[in-house]
Amino acid sequence: MSPATHAAVLVLVETDGGGATEVSRETLTFVRGLDADVHALVVGDGPSGLVDQLGAYGVSVVHHADGDAFTSYAAAAWAAAVVAAVGDATVVTAAGTPRGNEVLAHVACRLGVTMAANVVEVDSTSPLVVSRQVLGGSALEEIALTDGVAVFSVAGHACDPAEAETSTTPVVHPIDVAVSDADLRARVVRTEPGEPDESGGLKAARVVVGAGRGAGGADGFADLLELTELLDASLGVSRVVTSLGWRPHHEQVGQTGSRVSPDLYVACGISGAIQHWAGMSSSKTILAINTDPDAPMVTKAHYAVIGDLHEIVPAINEELRRRRS
Amino acid sequence: MSNVLVCIKRVPDLGGEISLTADAMAVDDSSLGHTVSPHEDCAVELAIQVAKDTGGTATVLTLGSSDAVEQLRNALALGCTAAVLVEADAGAFGPADVAAAIADVVRAHEAAGTSYDLVLLGNDASDTGDFQVGVRLSYLLDRPVVTGVSTLSVSGDRVDVRGSSPDGGTEIFDVALPAVLTVSEGGVEPRYPSIPGRMKAKKIAVEEVVPTHEPAGPGRRRLKLPPLQPSQVEVLGEGPAAAGAVVDLLEKLGVVR
Ligand SMILES: Cc1cc2nc3c(=O)[nH]c(=O)nc-3n(C[C@H](O)[C@H](O)[C@H](O)COP(=O)(O)OP(=O)(O)OC[C@H]3O[C@@H](n4cnc5c(N)ncnc54)[C@H](O)[C@@H]3O)c2cc1C
Repeated sequence: MSPATHAAVLVLVETDGGGATEVSRETLTFVRGLDADVHALVVGDGPSGLVDQLGAYGVSVVHHADGDAFTSYAAAAWAAAVVAAVGDATVVTAAGTPRGNEVLAHVACRLGVTMAANVVEVDSTSPLVVSRQVLGGSALEEIALTDGVAVFSVAGHACDPAEAETSTTPVVHPIDVAVSDADLRARVVRTEPGEPDESGGLKAARVVVGAGRGAGGADGFADLLELTELLDASLGVSRVVTSLGWRPHHEQVGQTGSRVSPDLYVACGISGAIQHWAGMSSSKTILAINTDPDAPMVTKAHYAVIGDLHEIVPAINEELRRRRS
Repeated sequence: MSNVLVCIKRVPDLGGEISLTADAMAVDDSSLGHTVSPHEDCAVELAIQVAKDTGGTATVLTLGSSDAVEQLRNALALGCTAAVLVEADAGAFGPADVAAAIADVVRAHEAAGTSYDLVLLGNDASDTGDFQVGVRLSYLLDRPVVTGVSTLSVSGDRVDVRGSSPDGGTEIFDVALPAVLTVSEGGVEPRYPSIPGRMKAKKIAVEEVVPTHEPAGPGRRRLKLPPLQPSQVEVLGEGPAAAGAVVDLLEKLGVVR
């Protein structure tokens, strides 16, 4: 192993009921490529078993910030915790989620350094040069992070989450954070649960039936919804569909909608513009149904059927029903 | 009465393939149209709504070349009441530079008697996707900031702000004015300009400002395009006759219930 270039890298870990979120585990995996000690920061209550899980990902120190200031989310208070945990870390990272990017932006301001959002590659470690996604993921920007502390978020799916070859027993280090009143000026005062059918189901779906302008209008979705039903899938749509008001925004897939990575994405009447592609390109298998054999969605897909979705989708539905009975 | 400043950015309207300039430092936009990000369309809509609801003003600001007046005029046609062009080469400005230039305008306007209760920005620009201009601006102005806002309502000296929570629900903030908010698409439908709106917009003078501080730059070394993957697509057939082959595939993939 080459000598460590960075003394330590601090990862802000986001958690859900199951422990570190998948994107946080991706980030922990990603930063092992920096060949440095991996420290984690957990804010608020960590789910039980979290420390062991972080050990499996090679974390040597778990900083823990808890107390009244963290009972409801305030980005500035979280950033105060990150700054308090930095110590001798020369790299600070988080997953490129809305929360990760927000907290890191605060951290970069507090430390007076550059921040790079949505990094997918480390090009060199001395000096630290990273590549980040720009233009909705269709291009990469190479950027040098030469300030004292390098702050960057790691894009979703930049790597697969993988446990470390040798697990560690992390030292848990409770930290005292000086949270000022100003840090709590913008604090969550209340949360409301999402509608049962909000994008949560779409993001987790194993199969997504995608629909674009080719659906033809708000009343053009009956067959597509039937296919969705038959495949126990979720419906995802292009931006054209939501901006024309044919379907609600929470169904939008893409750069400004949800990012999905199902086993199968059936793109019906969707051209495959980069901003849509940004949201579904990590689907395992892509099947395009399109009248245009040269549409980017068709040429980039694994499988395609050429023709009018209003003829093809009902035929597929019928075939599915026939084989089932 | 609330005065709102809404910040937008002129970006290339990318439909299909992207190509880069010879030095690989920018997108070759010579044959492309220009637009603003969908997030910013929503920020403009919210700014206009707040101004209308409170009898206040909505000033639209951009930092960019003189061509960006096109985007300012569009926002004026929608109902913004004033416009500011900070004329500069946007590519030479990093997110910290942009925030500093906006803060300077806010301070200068304040000194001249117009203060802004709300500064709205897009959550992230569709080209650079930096996710930080709004947060940096809030530090420079010492104001609270909420990012990823979908809807808001001002009452008195406070603003009720809503955005998505990580678990798919809604987070509600109650923030004292003045504040900085960055807006994400999805909460409001941007309006379309009317013909009278366009006529009115032509008559509004755009204030031109030259930034005073030297930009540190974005730290960009170059842009890279991912290598083109040769098409691997397997065409299962044409028209409804392909249904059988599709269902075979669905069975092979194990996705048929
Ligand atoms: C900053 C920014 C963010 C964006 N974010 C998103 C985003 O999150 N998600 C998103 O989707 N887009 C997004 N867009 C918009 C994106 O650029 C495209 O405009 C959009 O994805 C196109 O949608 P579409 O494919 O449905 O429509 P079109 O581009 O109009 O394509 C329709 C396709 O359907 C095919 N078709 C037509 N009729 C039929 C038929 N009867 N049967 C079969 N095929 C048919 C056509 O051949 C064509 O390929 C964004 C744009 C910008 C600038």
